[in-house]
Amino acid sequence: MSPLISRAAASQPAASRSARASLADPKQLLVSMPDALRKLDPRVMVKNPVMFVVEVGAVLTTGSAIANPSVFAWVITVWLWLTVVFANLAEAVAEGRGKAQAETLRRTRTETVARRLADWRRGDTELREEAVPAANLRLGDHVLVEAGQIIPGDGDVVEGIASVDESAITGESAPVIRESGGDRSAVTGGTKVLSDRVVVRITSKPGETFIDRMIALVEGAARQKTPNEIALNILLASLTVVFLLAVVTLQPMAIYAGAEQSLVVLVALVVALIPTTIGALLSAIGIAGMDRLVQRNVLAMSGRAVEAAGDVNTLLLDKTGTITLGNRQAAEFLPAGGVDLARLADAAQLASLADETPEGRSIVVLAKDAYGLRGRELGGGAEFVPFTAQSRMSGVDLVEGDGGRRELRKGAASAVLAWIRDNGGQPAQEVEPVVDAVAAGGGTPLVVGEVVRRAGRSTATVLGVVHLKDVVKAGMRERFDELRAMGIRTVMITGDNPLTARAIAEEAGVDDFLAEATPEDKMALIKREQAGGKLVAMTGDGTNDAPALAQADVGVAMNTGTSAAKEAGNMVDLDSNPTKLIEIVEIGKQLLITRGALTTFSIANDVAKYFAIIPAMFAIAYPGLDKLNVMGLHSPTSAIASAIIFNALIIVVLIPLALRGVRYRPASAAQLLGRNIRLYGIGGLVLPFVGIKLIDLVVQFVPGLR
Amino acid sequence: MNDTLAGWLQITVLIAALALTYRPLGDYMARILSPGRHLAVERGLYRLGGVDPDADQQWGAYLRSVLAFSAVSLLFLYGMQRLQNHLLLSLGFPPVKADQAFNTAASFVTNTNWQSYSGEVTMGHLVQMAGLAVQNFVSAAVGIAVVATLIRGFTRRRTDRVGNFWVDLTRVTVRLLVPMAFVFAVVLVALGAVQNFHGVHEIGTLLGDKQSLTGGPVASQEVIKELGTNGGGFYNANSAHPFENPNGTSNLIEIYLLLAISFSLPRTFGRMVGDHRQGYAILAVMGLIWAVSVALITVNELHSVSSTAGHSAGGMLEGKEQRLGIWASALFAASTTLTSTGAVNSFHDSFSPGGGGMTLFDMMLGEIAPGGTGSGLYGILILAIVAVFVAGLMVGRTPEYLGKKLGSREMKFASLYILATPAVVLIGTGAAMSLRGERASMLNPGPHGFSEVLYAFTSAANNNGSAFAGLGVNTEWYNTALGLAMLFGRFLPIVFVLALAGSLARQQPVPVTAGTLPTHRPQFVGLLTGVIVIVVGLTYFPALALGPLAEGLH
Repeated sequence: MSPLISRAAASQPAASRSARASLADPKQLLVSMPDALRKLDPRVMVKNPVMFVVEVGAVLTTGSAIANPSVFAWVITVWLWLTVVFANLAEAVAEGRGKAQAETLRRTRTETVARRLADWRRGDTELREEAVPAANLRLGDHVLVEAGQIIPGDGDVVEGIASVDESAITGESAPVIRESGGDRSAVTGGTKVLSDRVVVRITSKPGETFIDRMIALVEGAARQKTPNEIALNILLASLTVVFLLAVVTLQPMAIYAGAEQSLVVLVALVVALIPTTIGALLSAIGIAGMDRLVQRNVLAMSGRAVEAAGDVNTLLLDKTGTITLGNRQAAEFLPAGGVDLARLADAAQLASLADETPEGRSIVVLAKDAYGLRGRELGGGAEFVPFTAQSRMSGVDLVEGDGGRRELRKGAASAVLAWIRDNGGQPAQEVEPVVDAVAAGGGTPLVVGEVVRRAGRSTATVLGVVHLKDVVKAGMRERFDELRAMGIRTVMITGDNPLTARAIAEEAGVDDFLAEATPEDKMALIKREQAGGKLVAMTGDGTNDAPALAQADVGVAMNTGTSAAKEAGNMVDLDSNPTKLIEIVEIGKQLLITRGALTTFSIANDVAKYFAIIPAMFAIAYPGLDKLNVMGLHSPTSAIASAIIFNALIIVVLIPLALRGVRYRPASAAQLLGRNIRLYGIGGLVLPFVGIKLIDLVVQFVPGLR
Repeated sequence: MNDTLAGWLQITVLIAALALTYRPLGDYMARILSPGRHLAVERGLYRLGGVDPDADQQWGAYLRSVLAFSAVSLLFLYGMQRLQNHLLLSLGFPPVKADQAFNTAASFVTNTNWQSYSGEVTMGHLVQMAGLAVQNFVSAAVGIAVVATLIRGFTRRRTDRVGNFWVDLTRVTVRLLVPMAFVFAVVLVALGAVQNFHGVHEIGTLLGDKQSLTGGPVASQEVIKELGTNGGGFYNANSAHPFENPNGTSNLIEIYLLLAISFSLPRTFGRMVGDHRQGYAILAVMGLIWAVSVALITVNELHSVSSTAGHSAGGMLEGKEQRLGIWASALFAASTTLTSTGAVNSFHDSFSPGGGGMTLFDMMLGEIAPGGTGSGLYGILILAIVAVFVAGLMVGRTPEYLGKKLGSREMKFASLYILATPAVVLIGTGAAMSLRGERASMLNPGPHGFSEVLYAFTSAANNNGSAFAGLGVNTEWYNTALGLAMLFGRFLPIVFVLALAGSLARQQPVPVTAGTLPTHRPQFVGLLTGVIVIVVGLTYFPALALGPLAEGLH
């Protein structure tokens, strides 16, 4: 698993962690058994053509075993039923994991009474309030929610500001601020207002709230087969028909050969040949794929979107928060001519000690880390000069031991230089070029200046420049290299000027950037990429992102975003972590790979089954065919039974793999294919020879099978 | 020259000749199938048929044209045979029986050329020339036309047009088949093949018996029989007959002719999709399967000797022409069963179980290595689509081949395609084996007799046309059943290929990235070969076990 995924797993909320723990839990198999048995209903089974054929076969052999009882007939019959049950079990376990999550969600959706405001207008002071059940709220109703109350439905805050506890949905316990207007106005039904009061305009219809949709999604109730799943099902169905024909037409050939086969044997051959392994696990793979997203706190509105994620060619990534840490940080001190580096570092640190902004703190840290200056408490008499929009600098005034005053300032170059000149100083010649160079490199220059006032005289000096820069998150370059190897192009979206954007893009290793981006630019970029047949993924949170989110093939809306954004996207990230886009792509790929790998495995398995069953059927008529019994199986009956038992057991063995997904490491297509063919193709060819032989070593001791 | 050296020499010369013509022939066919000026004679034909040669058809219209053309051809051939006693040059032969006439008409229209009759004692010259030989040309052209639409499906974007059937048919016939056939007919005549309008000659043999020899326009029919992967011989003995295939050189030329177009079509494909490497990958799979098949049949025939006579002759010579020898017979057998030709210069029924089983397996592969003219390429492209689908999933993307996504619609048609032919083979064989009367047609008991029936239906459904012999197929039941098998085996796949072409042409292509499954590397060649062998092997293994395997394993 990639480092990012494991990091995300570590930060999961408690609810989804418990669901995840049940993955390897044998108890889960037992719990899901009743569901698995319920799914034996032929009306349900017929949706899965491969397993439906197995069920019909099981019915036929049951009849045959009742009419002509034998140990062999009953062994085959029982294991055919088990094959069907195991397939249903895989699906039931996959759904069961979602059900646990749905339960947690349901508990939060308590019956809320809404305080509906009749004919509310902005600025109304007199509120006409009526109590209605939350389920009766209509689109466009206004409701009042006060501290301690549950928000009755999804909506936008239209008046007021409040802190809201959204842990019911996100699992994150820290409250978030929701206020009217802007991009932080969306609230979700079922979350709790912790302070203040807000008026919310309802934006969802009853029964279609976010939580309702979430429950439906995790339960798999709204699950529809995805396009690729349908395509694969068609291929599997046609293989099933081919094998069915091969076996049905075999009987007249066998009769001619003087080796008429019993119904039980023919059914066993059909079941052994049709792709039961993938047929049994296909829907579990799909459900588990959606579930893996849910575990990472991403809600995909459709399976189609998850598949599309695997196909994405271009990722649009917002710079801030995704590629860079949110804030600029001090990267280096550049002293002016004649000034000692340590003196600059010391002055910069002093000027920043009281500065609680991230930039200020980063200067203190840099001075400590790079120059061994420990943070100090300012003595008495020190006076903090805060940043104001007018002065555009901040700093500290210190009282020296001899009664002099030492004033330290850091701030925008023009402001600090002007301040130095006002105090009679002359900035060194090389300061301005340094400032320009830092700016040209995409950084932000802070100039540090000092004015010492002693006995009516003042000396003003420019000490140097602090280089603040956007810090690219650790490991991003490697991440983008991996994406490139996977054939995915990354485009950084930023509001910065092109110069700054280029510098950061180069440092982070993205393929391209869009500077000074407006929503229209984003939209144009997406359309341009799509015109070339590419699939585009992006994240967004603001209302002005909504058109682009809707246009993108995979649009991930941040949960903190507006309801317009959430409506437009086809996924919602409850953690509002834009970096997750990369994980979503990986999950999409993993889903498809798992399907392909198990299909390959399933078909490759058939070779060994032939070598078990064909000699068992015909070696009596044509003794030469016993040479095909390369596994040296004990007897015809034990050979056929072993093949069928293997066929059933392999489903159970592979359930965890289907639920977890096959291991995915970013690599080029050729490498991935090579690896998976070796593992699931060649492995699928060899493994059943071993498995069937081992089972035969046991079943040959069953009386009646020898 | 010893046999082994001669054998290797033949194979070397054959491969060299195929390699030499791969590029020019493939490029030439690509030009024929791309838009361009019409020749005067073509314009005349279009005017005659009331066709607008510059209007492309949707896949449905293209399909209707193919079916209409084939239906008219079928009726025409049937009528000619039924009325042949009224025709010129009938040599006094009576009308062909209804069931046999149907079987023969279906056989030549579907490029199968299964023959339940002996040409020299059944068909007059006019039927042979104006009926059967004409179909040899146009049925081959139909195959190339159909594969052209599939290739256009990959190259075209956002269109519902896949080409114009009448233009494709006319161009392939006029510019490719007729000129090539003319040149090589002259060559064959020079080597001693017969070309005249003689009737039946009675001659006395050295032992004092009488023998009837029919002359006729043999060379001209012989060439297109191979070039168009048809296989229907003028004589019953087919290419084992010295009038059709006089000597070792003509034998080699005939093998070359039956492979030339199909082995060059990957070049056409590569050129049209704008990436020759794609063509080479397909060629590699075809070549690999062909080489292995030639090797296995040759080794089996050389070494599995079942009689003392065989020992003294140095291999299985029963049913083979002494003048051609084992190597040339094995080379011919592999090539004719791997293309949809079905011409024979030796009798597969008499091959060793291994060798005979291999010819059967060759056809079961679906005639794709290199296969019939056009049909071989579209067959292998469909299997490539299936391989790409499964492998594409394993690289974590919605599978795509040459930039076109393989969604449910595409997989539906590809799945139906791979289902169609095995269904016809298995149902046909199963039915024949369930009917007591039809079982009586088998001339051999045990697994060998079963192989004969299996071979007949495999050959008919795959449009090969070669016969295992040893099965009396000129019965009403077999004529009808095999005739239907040929029609279904030919036209069901064509329906699915055209539908697929239409569906692909409509798509906007997806750009190639590092995440795209590369389909031009050895890895893909191996994958596609594996998929072909495993899918086919799994489908037919039970049947093969009861036939050649049961016979061969003691």
